Amino acid sequence: MLVTTLRHTPLILFVVIFLLFGWLSPRFLSYQSFENVVKQASYIGIAAVGMTFVLLTAGIDLSIGSNMYLSAIVAGLLIKNYGLPAPLALVVCLGVGLLFGVVNALIVTRLRIIPFVATLATLWVGRGLGLWLTESTEVEFPESVTRIGSQRWLGIPLPVVIFAVVVLCAFVLLRWTALGRQVYAVGNDIEAAKKAGIDTARVRGTAFILCGVLAALGGFISVAQLGTVNAGFGKDREFDAIAAAVLGGTSLFGGIGSVFPGTVLGAILIQMVTIGLVSAQVDLYLQPLVAAGIIFVAVLLDGLRTQQLARLSRRRIRVEEMTAPWDSGMVPELRRG
Amino acid sequence: MVDSILQFDGISKSFFGVRALEDVTFALRKGHLLGLIGENGAGKTTLMNVLAGVLAPDSGAMKLRGAEYAPRRPADATTAGIAFIHQELNLFTNLSIADNLFIDRFPRLGRSPFINRAAARRQTVGLLQSLNLQLSPETLVDRLTPGERQLVEIAKALSTGAEIIIFDEPTTSLTAAETQRLFRIIRDLREQGKSTIYISHNLGDVLELADDVVVLRDGRLVDAGPARDFTMDRMISRMVGRAIDQIFPTRESKPSHEAVLNVKGLSQAGIVKDIHLTLHKGQVLGLFGLMGSGRTELARMLFGLEPFEQGELLINGVPCRRTCAGDSIRRGMAFVTENRREEGLLMEATVVDNVGLVALPAFAIGRFPRLLRHRRLNDAVARIVEAMRIKSGPVARTLAKDLSGGNQQKVVLGKWLLSRPAIFLMDEPTRGIDVGAKYEVYTIINDLAAQGAGILLISSELEELMGLCDRILVMSKGEITGSFERSEFAQEPILHAAFKGHQRVPQSRESSGRAGGR
Repeated sequence: MLVTTLRHTPLILFVVIFLLFGWLSPRFLSYQSFENVVKQASYIGIAAVGMTFVLLTAGIDLSIGSNMYLSAIVAGLLIKNYGLPAPLALVVCLGVGLLFGVVNALIVTRLRIIPFVATLATLWVGRGLGLWLTESTEVEFPESVTRIGSQRWLGIPLPVVIFAVVVLCAFVLLRWTALGRQVYAVGNDIEAAKKAGIDTARVRGTAFILCGVLAALGGFISVAQLGTVNAGFGKDREFDAIAAAVLGGTSLFGGIGSVFPGTVLGAILIQMVTIGLVSAQVDLYLQPLVAAGIIFVAVLLDGLRTQQLARLSRRRIRVEEMTAPWDSGMVPELRRG
Repeated sequence: MVDSILQFDGISKSFFGVRALEDVTFALRKGHLLGLIGENGAGKTTLMNVLAGVLAPDSGAMKLRGAEYAPRRPADATTAGIAFIHQELNLFTNLSIADNLFIDRFPRLGRSPFINRAAARRQTVGLLQSLNLQLSPETLVDRLTPGERQLVEIAKALSTGAEIIIFDEPTTSLTAAETQRLFRIIRDLREQGKSTIYISHNLGDVLELADDVVVLRDGRLVDAGPARDFTMDRMISRMVGRAIDQIFPTRESKPSHEAVLNVKGLSQAGIVKDIHLTLHKGQVLGLFGLMGSGRTELARMLFGLEPFEQGELLINGVPCRRTCAGDSIRRGMAFVTENRREEGLLMEATVVDNVGLVALPAFAIGRFPRLLRHRRLNDAVARIVEAMRIKSGPVARTLAKDLSGGNQQKVVLGKWLLSRPAIFLMDEPTRGIDVGAKYEVYTIINDLAAQGAGILLISSELEELMGLCDRILVMSKGEITGSFERSEFAQEPILHAAFKGHQRVPQSRESSGRAGGR
């Protein structure tokens, strides 16, 4: 019973917080409000799915915020200065994100620099590059892009649809392809993975590349909703993505986690807290503090849960099952074990 | 004439001028089981690493099925049909059995990148059945016992079409039932024509299973021949290079009447019940029992790592309740755990760091900050290393993980010795170490007792306890079920006591894997 509760902590947390805010402000429980939450959560959710891949391989990507910024402004500048149509701009944006991911992948796998340090470096370089290209000015996006933010497909906001498609693809990749299973293996025990003949560099590199592409996509979705990119765009978003993944049950040590329901729940949960605080009319200046507090408690609970689960499964004392030794002549063997 | 499937010809390998292997030549015959024995550091692991393609030999060659065999990496060995079942299993605990078996060769759905789960499942079920493992292929490896995990590794080896299987210390974490099951499977593999190399410190097992025996000592092959020509004595004397008259050093000292540890009515629901024991100064008190009888749990309670609900614990006459490890250490207790890799050593730290770990505060001066006197510490460590004959490189630079099992265990003991405790709790102190090192550990235990320390010795090897202890207590299912003075030592009654409370299973039942989960 306890084990089941512990294993489903993300979901339980989700329901509890939902009900809490619903109680504080009934308006929160409306479909409109929930749709709004999910829509707002989409861009970070997409980035968090990418982050999940990297975390699963026991890596981390601190650069996704800068990635979002750089890919967005490159696309934006091309639209502004060269009249690039929106669909092509999206492709360029994803391309920059991909390149960003490739750079991360190479630094980690070829130069053998640990992910934390490698992505910290690309975080700075990426932001710096972007600021240089824009000369720190704001880049505005035309209606052709912002339309994506407000359009609907079969009644569902487009950002949410894109989020859902990303989650589906990621889910299938992780569950149904060899690469996906190898991601879990590498995160669990990289040495054993090497011995098993897995190309661990390829697996880890692919995780970073996917993360890069998805970060750029998430950034684009966010731009589609905001309409403009300023110098601070994407800043610190990597921590939101990490928090979303961790809240959803992904371990920072690799090998454990899922995109659905895991990361999806985590992303929506964080957004729910942010918006819920507004709905509950919590003091504006207290909101960041309260939001941080709730997320901190959630992550803490997750940490405790992992410890408890580990302790519970260790408690099982293995009991020997044997025929009585003097019947079966196995006396000498009993010395063992 | 049975031809050899694998031939080693003059294999030599050195590391930084140290000869790990010197001109090793022997053959593994097809369909036979070869027992490879030798002390830790004799070169068995190095030889297997050469076979596996992890290391390249300096000179010499190998032949596989008559053709030249020179692997450059592990994948080459696997392709050649050679599989290794190591002591540390290479399984992914977060994945299912099926995923583990096919992690690098999943069957696909046509030409798509998608896994054909049904096919993987089917093949896994087939493999598990052939090994008589009643487990679902979707079971997470995390949930399996060490014995079951090992069988999964064997299944994996078989699934890659291995014709030669190497077992490296396979029985260390197995229960007696699991060991029997393993032996049955090994014999089945031999029936199927697979060739096996079996490496183990359990010389009895080797004699039981092997067709041929090869003995390594200091990197050289010192003896080889059919197993039927070997006896325990011959094996041991070849391994250590001298005739071993006795396995256990003579106990000369007698325990005093002074009690260092008093346990009265100790209980913790579900773990131990009503434990009474007294440990005297200079006494070696043995604690025997089957796996799961609660011995380790009891030791943890005595040391303060686990709480106990009821009962009294007196250390040197002083009652203690709710102790923690730190308090126990301050009161003069030492705990040598059964998992030296996980709980006894800092694998990535140097020998000095490890040996000095517990007694560190004694080597610091000043109030705040407490500065460490490195030279004093290094000297003290060097003395211990010498006294215990720990074979290692420069102690300030050699990492614990680079030592052999026997030397690692000595480092763990040395760590506690440095602070001169009065009470030792030792849990399986000779697990996984070779005959020569075992003797040295027994000598250390004897010396400690002679100097007045009280030692609680937990072991699953009854012979070991009978050779060392003044008294043996037996535990079964959390309770003490027997107490035997040295003069009363006899295998049958002690075993009876160890089995008290366990169900007697009818003769006809196969004691193979458990049905379903646990």
